[in-house]
Amino acid sequence: MGKIDRLTLDESVAVSESITRAPVIATRGLCKTYATSAGETVNALSQVNFDVGQGEFVSLVGPSGCGKTTVMRILAGLIDGYTGSVNIGGRVVHGPTPHIGVVFQDANLMPWRTVLANVTLPGQVLRLDKKACHARALELLALVGLGGFEKKLPGELSGGMRQRAAIARALLHDPRILLLDEPFGALDAMTRDNMNVELARIAAEAGKTVFLITHSIAESVFLSDRVLVMSSRPGRIIETIKIDLPRPRSLDVVADPMFAATVLRIRRLLEQSTSADLHVTLAH
Amino acid sequence: MTTQDNLAGVEATAVSPRLLRGNFRLNWRLRPLPDLALTFLLVFGVLATCQALVYFGIVSRFVIPLPTSIVPALGELIGGGGLGEHILTTVSEAATGLAIAVVIGLSVGTLIAEFRVAERILYPYLIALQTMPKIALAPVLLVWFGFGLGSKIAVAGVISLFPVLVNTIAGLKSCDPGRLDVLRALGASRWDCFRLVKLPNALPFIFSGLSSAVMFALTGALVGEFVGASSGLGYLIVQANNSMDIPQVFAILLILVVVGMAAFGGMQRARRKFLYWSPNQD
Ligand SMILES: Nc1ncnc2c1ncn2[C@@H]1O[C@H](COP(=O)(O)OP(=O)(O)O)[C@@H](O)[C@H]1O
Ligand SMILES: [Mg+2]
Repeated sequence: MGKIDRLTLDESVAVSESITRAPVIATRGLCKTYATSAGETVNALSQVNFDVGQGEFVSLVGPSGCGKTTVMRILAGLIDGYTGSVNIGGRVVHGPTPHIGVVFQDANLMPWRTVLANVTLPGQVLRLDKKACHARALELLALVGLGGFEKKLPGELSGGMRQRAAIARALLHDPRILLLDEPFGALDAMTRDNMNVELARIAAEAGKTVFLITHSIAESVFLSDRVLVMSSRPGRIIETIKIDLPRPRSLDVVADPMFAATVLRIRRLLEQSTSADLHVTLAH
Repeated sequence: MTTQDNLAGVEATAVSPRLLRGNFRLNWRLRPLPDLALTFLLVFGVLATCQALVYFGIVSRFVIPLPTSIVPALGELIGGGGLGEHILTTVSEAATGLAIAVVIGLSVGTLIAEFRVAERILYPYLIALQTMPKIALAPVLLVWFGFGLGSKIAVAGVISLFPVLVNTIAGLKSCDPGRLDVLRALGASRWDCFRLVKLPNALPFIFSGLSSAVMFALTGALVGEFVGASSGLGYLIVQANNSMDIPQVFAILLILVVVGMAAFGGMQRARRKFLYWSPNQD
Protein backbone atom coordinates (compact mmCIF):
# COMPACT_ATOMS: atom_id res chain seq x y z
CA MET A 1 0.00 0.00 0.00
CA GLY A 2 1.50 3.32 -1.06
CA LYS A 3 2.45 6.08 1.30
CA ILE A 4 0.58 9.30 0.77
CA ASP A 5 2.12 12.71 0.53
CA ARG A 6 2.31 14.69 3.71
CA LEU A 7 0.15 17.68 2.94
CA THR A 8 -0.57 20.68 5.03
CA LEU A 9 -4.18 21.77 5.13
CA ASP A 10 -3.51 24.65 2.75
CA GLU A 11 -1.73 22.50 0.22
CA SER A 12 -4.51 19.96 0.20
CA VAL A 13 -6.98 22.72 -0.58
CA ALA A 14 -4.74 23.96 -3.37
CA VAL A 15 -4.56 20.47 -4.88
CA SER A 16 -8.33 20.20 -4.60
CA GLU A 17 -8.82 23.34 -6.63
CA SER A 18 -6.24 22.61 -9.31
CA ILE A 19 -8.33 19.90 -10.97
CA THR A 20 -11.86 20.81 -11.92
CA ARG A 21 -12.63 19.39 -15.35
CA ALA A 22 -12.04 15.65 -15.23
CA PRO A 23 -14.24 13.42 -13.05
CA VAL A 24 -13.00 13.30 -9.47
CA ILE A 25 -13.43 9.54 -9.30
CA ALA A 26 -13.21 7.30 -12.35
CA THR A 27 -13.05 3.52 -12.23
CA ARG A 28 -12.42 1.35 -15.27
CA GLY A 29 -12.90 -2.40 -15.46
CA LEU A 30 -12.64 -3.10 -11.74
CA CYS A 31 -12.59 -6.83 -11.03
CA LYS A 32 -11.89 -8.40 -7.70
CA THR A 33 -11.74 -12.05 -6.72
CA TYR A 34 -11.36 -13.10 -3.10
CA ALA A 35 -9.75 -16.33 -2.05
CA THR A 36 -11.64 -17.82 0.88
CA SER A 37 -9.95 -19.74 3.65
CA ALA A 38 -11.61 -22.90 2.31
CA GLY A 39 -9.55 -22.50 -0.86
CA GLU A 40 -12.48 -21.41 -3.02
CA THR A 41 -12.65 -18.16 -4.92
CA VAL A 42 -15.38 -15.56 -4.65
CA ASN A 43 -15.92 -13.37 -7.66
CA ALA A 44 -16.91 -10.13 -5.96
CA LEU A 45 -16.70 -7.54 -8.76
CA SER A 46 -16.76 -7.92 -12.50
CA GLN A 47 -16.06 -4.91 -14.75
CA VAL A 48 -17.18 -2.04 -12.57
CA ASN A 49 -17.03 1.29 -14.40
CA PHE A 50 -18.31 4.63 -13.14
CA ASP A 51 -17.44 8.30 -12.86
CA VAL A 52 -18.21 10.78 -10.12
CA GLY A 53 -18.03 14.47 -10.97
CA GLN A 54 -16.75 17.34 -8.85
CA GLY A 55 -19.25 18.25 -6.13
CA GLU A 56 -21.59 15.46 -7.16
CA PHE A 57 -23.46 13.27 -4.66
CA VAL A 58 -23.51 9.71 -6.01
CA SER A 59 -24.91 6.64 -4.30
CA LEU A 60 -24.21 3.01 -4.98
CA VAL A 61 -27.11 0.68 -4.16
CA GLY A 62 -27.24 -3.06 -4.42
CA PRO A 63 -28.29 -6.20 -2.59
CA SER A 64 -26.13 -7.16 0.36
CA GLY A 65 -23.06 -9.16 -0.54
CA CYS A 66 -22.92 -7.74 -4.08
CA GLY A 67 -19.55 -6.10 -3.61
CA LYS A 68 -20.35 -2.55 -2.49
CA THR A 69 -17.89 -2.55 0.37
CA THR A 70 -15.31 -4.03 -1.96
CA VAL A 71 -15.71 -1.00 -4.26
CA MET A 72 -15.35 1.32 -1.28
CA ARG A 73 -12.24 -0.46 -0.01
CA ILE A 74 -10.63 -0.31 -3.44
CA LEU A 75 -11.35 3.43 -3.70
CA ALA A 76 -9.98 4.00 -0.20
CA GLY A 77 -6.83 2.06 -1.05
CA LEU A 78 -7.51 -0.52 1.64
CA ILE A 79 -7.27 -3.60 -0.56
CA ASP A 80 -5.16 -4.57 -3.49
CA GLY A 81 -5.08 -7.61 -5.68
CA TYR A 82 -7.76 -6.21 -8.00
CA THR A 83 -7.60 -5.55 -11.72
CA GLY A 84 -8.79 -2.43 -13.48
CA SER A 85 -7.89 1.12 -12.64
CA VAL A 86 -8.92 3.74 -10.11
CA ASN A 87 -8.40 7.34 -11.00
CA ILE A 88 -8.82 9.94 -8.28
CA GLY A 89 -8.44 13.62 -8.98
CA GLY A 90 -6.96 12.87 -12.39
CA ARG A 91 -4.30 10.46 -11.15
CA VAL A 92 -4.22 6.68 -11.09
CA VAL A 93 -3.97 5.61 -7.47
CA HIS A 94 -2.82 2.35 -5.93
CA GLY A 95 -3.22 3.10 -2.25
CA PRO A 96 -4.64 5.52 0.25
CA THR A 97 -4.78 9.16 -0.86
CA PRO A 98 -5.36 12.24 1.28
CA HIS A 99 -8.04 13.34 -1.19
CA ILE A 100 -10.44 10.92 0.43
CA GLY A 101 -12.13 10.93 3.81
CA VAL A 102 -13.77 7.64 4.76
CA VAL A 103 -16.77 6.99 7.01
CA PHE A 104 -17.23 3.31 7.79
CA GLN A 105 -20.32 1.39 8.81
CA ASP A 106 -19.07 1.42 12.39
CA ALA A 107 -17.96 4.78 13.72
CA ASN A 108 -14.63 3.19 14.70
CA LEU A 109 -13.81 5.95 17.16
CA MET A 110 -10.91 5.38 19.53
CA PRO A 111 -12.59 4.94 22.92
CA TRP A 112 -9.56 6.29 24.79
CA ARG A 113 -9.68 9.61 22.95
CA THR A 114 -12.11 12.42 23.57
CA VAL A 115 -14.45 13.33 20.71
CA LEU A 116 -12.18 16.26 19.87
CA ALA A 117 -9.04 14.12 19.92
CA ASN A 118 -10.78 11.59 17.68
CA VAL A 119 -11.59 14.28 15.15
CA THR A 120 -8.00 15.59 15.14
CA LEU A 121 -6.56 12.08 14.69
CA PRO A 122 -6.09 12.38 10.89
CA GLY A 123 -4.07 15.52 11.55
CA GLN A 124 -1.71 13.53 13.74
CA VAL A 125 -1.29 10.85 11.08
CA LEU A 126 -0.77 13.37 8.26
CA ARG A 127 1.49 15.55 10.44
CA LEU A 128 -0.69 18.62 9.97
CA ASP A 129 -0.34 21.76 12.05
CA LYS A 130 -1.77 21.09 15.53
CA LYS A 131 -3.37 24.47 16.10
CA ALA A 132 -5.03 24.54 12.68
CA CYS A 133 -6.40 21.01 13.26
CA HIS A 134 -7.75 21.95 16.65
CA ALA A 135 -9.56 24.98 15.26
CA ARG A 136 -10.86 23.05 12.28
CA ALA A 137 -12.05 20.16 14.48
CA LEU A 138 -14.09 22.58 16.57
CA GLU A 139 -15.67 24.02 13.42
CA LEU A 140 -16.45 20.53 12.07
CA LEU A 141 -17.96 19.41 15.37
CA ALA A 142 -20.24 22.42 15.22
CA LEU A 143 -21.06 21.57 11.59
CA VAL A 144 -22.12 18.02 12.47
CA GLY A 145 -24.10 19.25 15.46
CA LEU A 146 -21.73 18.08 18.18
CA GLY A 147 -20.74 21.48 19.54
CA GLY A 148 -20.27 21.18 23.29
CA PHE A 149 -19.43 17.48 23.18
CA GLU A 150 -15.69 17.95 22.50
CA LYS A 151 -14.56 16.67 25.89
CA LYS A 152 -16.84 13.62 25.95
CA LEU A 153 -15.56 10.10 25.41
CA PRO A 154 -17.11 8.04 22.59
CA GLY A 155 -18.56 5.67 25.18
CA GLU A 156 -20.73 8.53 26.42
CA LEU A 157 -22.31 9.21 23.01
CA SER A 158 -25.30 7.66 21.24
CA GLY A 159 -24.81 5.71 18.00
CA GLY A 160 -25.97 8.64 15.88
CA MET A 161 -23.63 11.05 17.66
CA ARG A 162 -20.71 8.70 17.14
CA GLN A 163 -21.40 8.60 13.41
CA ARG A 164 -21.51 12.40 13.37
CA ALA A 165 -18.11 12.45 15.06
CA ALA A 166 -16.85 9.95 12.46
CA ILE A 167 -18.06 12.25 9.67
CA ALA A 168 -16.29 15.22 11.29
CA ARG A 169 -13.12 13.13 11.53
CA ALA A 170 -13.34 12.15 7.87
CA LEU A 171 -13.54 15.83 6.92
CA LEU A 172 -10.65 17.05 9.09
CA HIS A 173 -7.90 16.99 6.49
CA ASP A 174 -10.28 18.66 4.03
CA PRO A 175 -10.44 15.85 1.49
CA ARG A 176 -12.16 16.50 -1.83
CA ILE A 177 -14.11 13.29 -1.55
CA LEU A 178 -16.21 11.86 1.23
CA LEU A 179 -16.65 8.10 1.00
CA LEU A 180 -19.39 6.59 3.16
CA ASP A 181 -20.08 2.87 3.49
CA GLU A 182 -23.58 2.32 4.91
CA PRO A 183 -22.81 4.88 7.59
CA PHE A 184 -26.25 4.81 9.17
CA GLY A 185 -26.97 1.10 8.77
CA ALA A 186 -26.83 0.46 12.49
CA LEU A 187 -29.16 3.30 13.45
CA ASP A 188 -32.90 3.18 14.06
CA ALA A 189 -35.19 4.48 11.31
CA MET A 190 -35.96 7.86 12.88
CA THR A 191 -32.35 8.67 13.71
CA ARG A 192 -31.40 7.49 10.27
CA ASP A 193 -33.83 9.88 8.55
CA ASN A 194 -32.48 12.75 10.61
CA MET A 195 -28.90 11.78 9.86
CA ASN A 196 -29.71 11.75 6.15
CA VAL A 197 -31.07 15.29 6.32
CA GLU A 198 -27.92 16.28 8.20
CA LEU A 199 -25.66 14.54 5.70
CA ALA A 200 -27.30 16.40 2.81
CA ARG A 201 -26.72 19.68 4.63
CA ILE A 202 -23.11 18.85 5.61
CA ALA A 203 -22.25 17.75 2.07
CA ALA A 204 -23.72 20.95 0.63
CA GLU A 205 -22.07 23.22 3.21
CA ALA A 206 -18.69 21.53 2.99
CA GLY A 207 -18.92 21.43 -0.80
CA LYS A 208 -17.65 17.87 -1.05
CA THR A 209 -17.93 15.20 -3.67
CA VAL A 210 -19.78 12.41 -1.92
CA PHE A 211 -19.85 8.70 -2.74
CA LEU A 212 -22.37 6.93 -0.55
CA ILE A 213 -22.86 3.21 -0.34
CA THR A 214 -26.20 2.00 0.94
CA HIS A 215 -28.69 -0.78 0.57
CA SER A 216 -31.57 1.58 1.22
CA ILE A 217 -33.10 2.68 -2.08
CA ALA A 218 -35.08 5.52 -0.46
CA GLU A 219 -31.93 6.84 1.19
CA SER A 220 -30.06 6.85 -2.10
CA VAL A 221 -32.85 8.67 -3.95
CA PHE A 222 -33.31 11.20 -1.16
CA LEU A 223 -29.64 12.16 -1.04
CA SER A 224 -28.20 11.71 -4.51
CA ASP A 225 -27.71 13.49 -7.79
CA ARG A 226 -27.17 10.08 -9.36
CA VAL A 227 -27.73 6.53 -8.18
CA LEU A 228 -25.60 3.63 -9.42
CA VAL A 229 -27.48 0.37 -9.29
CA MET A 230 -25.35 -2.70 -8.78
CA SER A 231 -26.24 -6.27 -9.65
CA SER A 232 -25.91 -9.13 -7.21
CA ARG A 233 -22.57 -10.89 -7.10
CA PRO A 234 -20.37 -10.60 -9.08
CA GLY A 235 -21.22 -6.92 -8.80
CA ARG A 236 -21.37 -4.64 -11.81
CA ILE A 237 -23.20 -1.38 -12.48
CA ILE A 238 -26.41 -2.28 -14.30
CA GLU A 239 -27.95 1.17 -14.45
CA THR A 240 -27.24 4.80 -13.61
CA ILE A 241 -30.22 6.86 -12.57
CA LYS A 242 -30.27 10.64 -12.46
CA ILE A 243 -32.34 12.11 -9.63
CA ASP A 244 -33.85 15.43 -10.67
CA LEU A 245 -35.66 16.27 -7.46
CA PRO A 246 -35.01 19.93 -6.52
CA ARG A 247 -32.65 20.79 -3.67
CA PRO A 248 -32.58 21.38 -0.78
CA ARG A 249 -34.80 18.35 -0.15
CA SER A 250 -36.76 17.86 3.02
CA LEU A 251 -38.13 14.55 4.24
CA ASP A 252 -41.45 15.59 2.69
CA VAL A 253 -39.95 14.76 -0.70
CA VAL A 254 -41.03 11.16 -0.13
CA ALA A 255 -44.57 12.34 -0.93
CA ASP A 256 -43.38 13.57 -4.35
CA PRO A 257 -44.67 11.20 -7.09
CA MET A 258 -41.30 11.41 -8.83
CA PHE A 259 -39.59 10.20 -5.66
CA ALA A 260 -41.92 7.20 -5.41
CA ALA A 261 -41.55 6.43 -9.12
CA THR A 262 -37.75 6.51 -8.93
CA VAL A 263 -37.66 4.29 -5.86
CA LEU A 264 -39.95 1.84 -7.61
CA ARG A 265 -37.82 1.85 -10.73
CA ILE A 266 -34.64 1.07 -8.79
CA ARG A 267 -36.42 -1.66 -6.86
CA ARG A 268 -37.56 -3.27 -10.14
CA LEU A 269 -34.00 -3.15 -11.46
CA LEU A 270 -32.65 -4.85 -8.36
CA GLU A 271 -35.43 -7.46 -8.44
CA GLN A 272 -34.71 -8.22 -12.08
CA SER A 273 -31.02 -8.60 -11.35
CA THR A 274 -31.61 -10.97 -8.45
CA SER A 275 -34.33 -12.98 -10.21
CA ALA A 276 -32.09 -13.34 -13.27
CA ASP A 277 -29.62 -14.87 -10.85
CA LEU A 278 -32.31 -17.18 -9.55
CA HIS A 279 -32.99 -18.44 -13.05
CA VAL A 280 -29.33 -19.14 -13.54
CA THR A 281 -29.12 -21.11 -10.31
CA LEU A 282 -32.34 -23.00 -11.09
CA ALA A 283 -31.13 -23.86 -14.57
CA HIS A 284 -28.04 -25.59 -13.20
CA MET B 1 2.66 -25.87 48.48
CA THR B 2 0.01 -23.22 48.22
CA THR B 3 2.21 -20.78 46.31
CA GLN B 4 2.04 -23.14 43.38
CA ASP B 5 -1.73 -23.31 43.36
CA ASN B 6 -1.94 -19.57 43.49
CA LEU B 7 0.38 -19.10 40.57
CA ALA B 8 -1.47 -21.56 38.40
CA GLY B 9 -4.75 -19.92 39.31
CA VAL B 10 -3.73 -16.36 38.64
CA GLU B 11 -1.89 -17.24 35.47
CA ALA B 12 -4.97 -18.91 34.07
CA THR B 13 -7.02 -15.82 34.79
CA ALA B 14 -4.45 -13.52 33.31
CA VAL B 15 -5.43 -14.44 29.78
CA SER B 16 -9.08 -13.54 30.13
CA PRO B 17 -9.01 -10.30 32.07
CA ARG B 18 -12.48 -9.08 31.28
CA LEU B 19 -14.28 -12.01 32.84
CA LEU B 20 -12.74 -11.86 36.24
CA ARG B 21 -12.02 -8.26 36.88
CA GLY B 22 -15.47 -7.54 38.21
CA ASN B 23 -15.25 -10.19 40.91
CA PHE B 24 -11.97 -9.07 42.39
CA ARG B 25 -12.96 -5.52 43.11
CA LEU B 26 -11.90 -4.16 46.46
CA ASN B 27 -13.91 -1.00 46.53
CA TRP B 28 -14.65 -0.16 50.11
CA ARG B 29 -16.21 3.19 49.42
CA LEU B 30 -19.04 1.79 47.34
CA ARG B 31 -19.81 -1.07 49.72
CA PRO B 32 -22.98 -0.45 51.71
CA LEU B 33 -22.47 -0.23 55.45
CA PRO B 34 -24.21 -3.50 56.45
CA ASP B 35 -21.83 -5.37 54.09
CA LEU B 36 -18.82 -3.81 55.72
CA ALA B 37 -20.16 -4.65 59.16
CA LEU B 38 -20.63 -8.26 58.06
CA THR B 39 -17.06 -8.42 56.81
CA PHE B 40 -15.71 -7.30 60.19
CA LEU B 41 -18.09 -9.62 61.98
CA LEU B 42 -16.75 -12.51 59.91
CA VAL B 43 -13.12 -11.64 60.68
CA PHE B 44 -13.95 -11.24 64.33
CA GLY B 45 -15.79 -14.56 64.33
CA VAL B 46 -12.90 -16.43 62.76
CA LEU B 47 -10.42 -14.89 65.19
CA ALA B 48 -12.64 -15.65 68.18
CA THR B 49 -13.03 -19.27 67.04
CA CYS B 50 -9.26 -19.64 66.69
CA GLN B 51 -8.74 -18.11 70.08
CA ALA B 52 -11.26 -20.51 71.62
CA LEU B 53 -9.87 -23.58 69.83
CA VAL B 54 -6.34 -22.86 71.00
CA TYR B 55 -7.34 -21.62 74.43
CA PHE B 56 -9.22 -24.79 75.27
CA GLY B 57 -6.43 -26.95 73.89
CA ILE B 58 -8.43 -28.40 70.99
CA VAL B 59 -5.72 -27.23 68.55
CA SER B 60 -2.05 -26.97 69.51
CA ARG B 61 -0.65 -23.44 69.70
CA PHE B 62 2.20 -24.63 67.49
CA VAL B 63 -0.29 -25.09 64.67
CA ILE B 64 -2.34 -21.94 65.11
CA PRO B 65 -1.07 -19.17 67.35
CA LEU B 66 -3.38 -17.50 69.82
CA PRO B 67 -4.66 -14.47 67.86
CA THR B 68 -3.95 -12.37 70.93
CA SER B 69 -0.32 -13.51 70.87
CA ILE B 70 0.16 -12.13 67.35
CA VAL B 71 -0.21 -8.57 68.59
CA PRO B 72 2.78 -8.67 70.95
CA ALA B 73 4.75 -10.58 68.30
CA LEU B 74 3.98 -7.82 65.85
CA GLY B 75 5.01 -5.21 68.42
CA GLU B 76 8.27 -7.04 69.02
CA LEU B 77 8.92 -7.23 65.29
CA ILE B 78 8.30 -3.55 64.73
CA GLY B 79 10.00 -2.43 67.94
CA GLY B 80 13.02 -4.69 67.45
CA GLY B 81 14.39 -2.60 64.59
CA GLY B 82 15.65 -3.96 61.30
CA LEU B 83 12.14 -4.74 60.06
CA GLY B 84 12.24 -1.78 57.66
CA GLU B 85 15.38 -3.14 56.10
CA HIS B 86 13.85 -6.59 55.61
CA ILE B 87 10.76 -5.07 54.01
CA LEU B 88 12.96 -2.92 51.80
CA THR B 89 14.99 -5.96 50.74
CA THR B 90 11.93 -7.97 49.69
CA VAL B 91 10.16 -5.04 48.07
CA SER B 92 13.21 -3.96 46.09
CA GLU B 93 13.84 -7.54 44.90
CA ALA B 94 10.23 -7.79 43.77
CA ALA B 95 10.23 -4.33 42.18
CA THR B 96 13.48 -4.89 40.30
CA GLY B 97 12.36 -8.31 39.10
CA LEU B 98 9.04 -6.83 38.02
CA ALA B 99 10.70 -3.94 36.19
CA ILE B 100 12.90 -6.34 34.23
CA ALA B 101 9.88 -8.55 33.49
CA VAL B 102 7.87 -5.58 32.26
CA VAL B 103 10.61 -4.36 29.94
CA ILE B 104 11.22 -7.82 28.50
CA GLY B 105 7.52 -8.74 28.45
CA LEU B 106 6.46 -5.61 26.60
CA SER B 107 9.25 -5.71 24.06
CA VAL B 108 9.21 -9.44 23.33
CA GLY B 109 5.40 -9.39 23.35
CA THR B 110 5.44 -6.58 20.80
CA LEU B 111 7.92 -8.44 18.61
CA ILE B 112 5.79 -11.59 18.67
CA ALA B 113 2.53 -9.74 18.01
CA GLU B 114 3.91 -7.50 15.25
CA PHE B 115 6.39 -9.66 13.37
CA ARG B 116 5.51 -13.02 11.88
CA VAL B 117 9.12 -14.16 11.93
CA ALA B 118 9.46 -13.48 15.64
CA GLU B 119 6.17 -15.24 16.26
CA ARG B 120 7.20 -18.33 14.33
CA ILE B 121 10.56 -18.54 16.08
CA LEU B 122 9.52 -17.71 19.64
CA TYR B 123 5.95 -18.92 20.03
CA PRO B 124 6.64 -22.65 20.45
CA TYR B 125 9.10 -21.90 23.28
CA LEU B 126 6.60 -19.56 24.80
CA ILE B 127 3.93 -22.27 24.92
CA ALA B 128 6.39 -24.78 26.36
CA LEU B 129 7.60 -22.36 29.02
CA GLN B 130 4.12 -21.24 29.89
CA THR B 131 3.04 -24.73 30.81
CA MET B 132 6.10 -25.20 33.01
CA PRO B 133 5.75 -24.15 36.67
CA LYS B 134 8.47 -21.50 36.66
CA ILE B 135 8.75 -21.40 40.44
CA ALA B 136 10.56 -24.74 40.19
CA LEU B 137 13.50 -22.81 38.75
CA ALA B 138 14.13 -21.09 42.09
CA PRO B 139 16.85 -23.48 43.33
CA VAL B 140 18.68 -23.36 40.00
CA LEU B 141 18.46 -19.59 39.89
CA LEU B 142 20.05 -19.48 43.34
CA VAL B 143 23.00 -21.41 41.94
CA TRP B 144 23.21 -19.20 38.87
CA PHE B 145 22.73 -15.81 40.49
CA GLY B 146 24.15 -16.35 43.96
CA PHE B 147 22.99 -16.02 47.51
CA GLY B 148 22.37 -12.26 47.34
CA LEU B 149 19.69 -10.11 45.73
CA GLY B 150 20.42 -11.40 42.21
CA SER B 151 18.75 -14.78 42.57
CA LYS B 152 15.62 -13.29 44.18
CA ILE B 153 15.34 -10.70 41.44
CA ALA B 154 15.70 -13.52 38.91
CA VAL B 155 12.92 -15.61 40.47
CA ALA B 156 10.62 -12.59 40.75
CA GLY B 157 11.41 -11.63 37.14
CA VAL B 158 10.96 -15.11 35.68
CA ILE B 159 7.55 -15.73 37.17
CA SER B 160 6.18 -12.24 36.61
CA LEU B 161 7.35 -12.15 33.00
CA PHE B 162 4.67 -14.42 31.63
CA PRO B 163 1.51 -12.56 32.62
CA VAL B 164 2.98 -9.40 31.08
CA LEU B 165 4.17 -11.17 27.94
CA VAL B 166 1.01 -13.18 27.31
CA ASN B 167 -1.28 -10.22 27.87
CA THR B 168 0.79 -7.91 25.71
CA ILE B 169 0.48 -10.37 22.83
CA ALA B 170 -3.24 -10.91 23.42
CA GLY B 171 -3.87 -7.17 23.70
CA LEU B 172 -1.98 -6.23 20.57
CA LYS B 173 -3.60 -9.03 18.59
CA SER B 174 -7.11 -8.17 19.78
CA CYS B 175 -7.10 -4.89 17.89
CA ASP B 176 -10.31 -4.18 15.98
CA PRO B 177 -9.45 -4.11 12.24
CA GLY B 178 -12.06 -1.40 11.68
CA ARG B 179 -10.13 1.03 13.88
CA LEU B 180 -6.93 0.19 12.02
CA ASP B 181 -8.69 0.83 8.71
CA VAL B 182 -9.33 4.41 9.83
CA LEU B 183 -5.57 4.95 10.01
CA ARG B 184 -4.69 2.85 6.98
CA ALA B 185 -7.09 4.86 4.83
CA LEU B 186 -4.97 7.89 5.72
CA GLY B 187 -1.81 6.10 4.61
CA ALA B 188 -0.57 5.80 8.19
CA SER B 189 2.77 4.12 8.78
CA ARG B 190 2.99 0.90 10.71
CA TRP B 191 4.53 2.79 13.60
CA ASP B 192 1.60 5.22 13.67
CA CYS B 193 -0.86 2.32 13.62
CA PHE B 194 1.01 0.82 16.54
CA ARG B 195 1.32 3.91 18.67
CA LEU B 196 -2.08 5.46 17.90
CA VAL B 197 -4.29 2.38 17.85
CA LYS B 198 -2.77 -0.95 18.79
CA LEU B 199 -0.90 0.04 21.91
CA PRO B 200 -3.69 2.02 23.59
CA ASN B 201 -6.07 -0.74 22.58
CA ALA B 202 -3.83 -3.27 24.35
CA LEU B 203 -3.63 -1.30 27.61
CA PRO B 204 -6.52 -3.04 29.40
CA PHE B 205 -4.88 -6.38 28.71
CA ILE B 206 -1.45 -5.13 29.71
CA PHE B 207 -2.78 -3.75 32.97
CA SER B 208 -4.53 -6.98 33.72
CA GLY B 209 -1.19 -8.74 33.17
CA LEU B 210 0.55 -6.21 35.37
CA SER B 211 -1.86 -6.79 38.25
CA SER B 212 -0.98 -10.47 38.22
CA ALA B 213 2.69 -9.72 37.68
CA VAL B 214 2.92 -7.47 40.74
CA MET B 215 1.69 -10.27 42.99
CA PHE B 216 3.83 -12.84 41.19
CA ALA B 217 6.93 -10.71 41.70
CA LEU B 218 6.30 -10.47 45.43
CA THR B 219 5.74 -14.21 45.61
CA GLY B 220 8.90 -14.83 43.59
CA ALA B 221 11.01 -12.68 45.89
CA LEU B 222 9.68 -14.54 48.94
CA VAL B 223 10.24 -17.98 47.43
CA GLY B 224 13.75 -16.91 46.44
CA GLU B 225 14.35 -15.99 50.04
CA PHE B 226 12.92 -19.28 51.27
CA VAL B 227 15.46 -21.12 49.16
CA GLY B 228 18.37 -19.22 50.63
CA ALA B 229 18.88 -15.69 51.88
CA SER B 230 20.26 -13.64 54.74
CA SER B 231 17.64 -10.90 54.79
CA GLY B 232 14.11 -10.11 53.66
CA LEU B 233 10.64 -11.05 54.88
CA GLY B 234 10.90 -14.55 53.42
CA TYR B 235 14.12 -15.05 55.36
CA LEU B 236 12.39 -13.83 58.54
CA ILE B 237 9.54 -16.29 58.02
CA VAL B 238 11.94 -19.19 57.65
CA GLN B 239 13.84 -18.07 60.77
CA ALA B 240 10.70 -17.77 62.86
CA ASN B 241 9.39 -21.06 61.52
CA ASN B 242 12.61 -22.88 62.40
CA SER B 243 12.41 -21.66 65.98
CA MET B 244 8.70 -22.63 66.09
CA ASP B 245 7.78 -19.01 66.75
CA ILE B 246 4.40 -19.31 65.05
CA PRO B 247 2.99 -16.01 66.37
CA GLN B 248 5.92 -14.24 64.71
CA VAL B 249 5.29 -16.07 61.43
CA PHE B 250 1.74 -14.77 61.48
CA ALA B 251 2.93 -11.29 62.41
CA ILE B 252 5.15 -11.31 59.30
CA LEU B 253 2.22 -12.56 57.22
CA LEU B 254 0.24 -9.55 58.43
CA ILE B 255 3.03 -7.27 57.27
CA LEU B 256 3.00 -9.06 53.90
CA VAL B 257 -0.74 -8.41 53.64
CA VAL B 258 -0.07 -4.71 54.12
CA VAL B 259 2.72 -4.74 51.52
CA GLY B 260 0.50 -6.65 49.07
CA MET B 261 -2.41 -4.28 49.58
CA ALA B 262 -0.15 -1.29 49.01
CA ALA B 263 1.03 -2.83 45.73
CA PHE B 264 -2.54 -3.63 44.71
CA GLY B 265 -3.67 -0.11 45.60
CA GLY B 266 -0.87 1.35 43.51
CA MET B 267 -1.95 -0.76 40.55
CA GLN B 268 -5.56 0.33 40.93
CA ARG B 269 -4.52 3.98 40.91
CA ALA B 270 -2.43 3.50 37.79
CA ARG B 271 -5.36 1.70 36.21
CA ARG B 272 -7.77 4.49 36.91
CA LYS B 273 -5.29 6.97 35.49
CA PHE B 274 -4.65 5.12 32.24
CA LEU B 275 -7.86 3.19 31.70
CA TYR B 276 -10.37 5.94 32.47
CA TRP B 277 -12.02 5.08 29.16
CA SER B 278 -12.36 1.34 29.61
CA PRO B 279 -15.93 0.22 30.35
CA ASN B 280 -14.61 -2.56 32.59
CA GLN B 281 -13.26 -0.08 35.07
CA ASP B 282 -15.26 1.15 38.05
N1 LIG C 1 -11.92 -10.69 2.78
C1 LIG C 1 -12.79 -11.45 2.10
N2 LIG C 1 -12.52 -12.75 1.84
C2 LIG C 1 -13.37 -13.52 1.16
N3 LIG C 1 -14.55 -13.10 0.68
C3 LIG C 1 -14.90 -11.83 0.90
C4 LIG C 1 -14.04 -10.93 1.62
N4 LIG C 1 -14.63 -9.72 1.68
C5 LIG C 1 -15.81 -9.85 1.03
N5 LIG C 1 -15.97 -11.10 0.55
C6 LIG C 1 -17.12 -11.60 -0.23
O1 LIG C 1 -17.25 -10.76 -1.34
C7 LIG C 1 -18.61 -10.48 -1.57
C8 LIG C 1 -18.83 -8.99 -1.60
O2 LIG C 1 -18.61 -8.48 -0.31
P1 LIG C 1 -18.89 -6.96 0.08
O3 LIG C 1 -18.10 -6.10 -0.83
O4 LIG C 1 -18.61 -6.81 1.52
O5 LIG C 1 -20.44 -6.82 -0.22
P2 LIG C 1 -21.50 -5.72 0.27
O6 LIG C 1 -20.76 -4.60 0.93
O7 LIG C 1 -22.21 -5.30 -0.97
O8 LIG C 1 -22.44 -6.39 1.19
C9 LIG C 1 -19.40 -11.17 -0.49
O9 LIG C 1 -19.94 -12.34 -1.02
C10 LIG C 1 -18.38 -11.49 0.57
O10 LIG C 1 -18.70 -12.69 1.19
MG1 LIG D 1 -20.92 -3.83 2.87
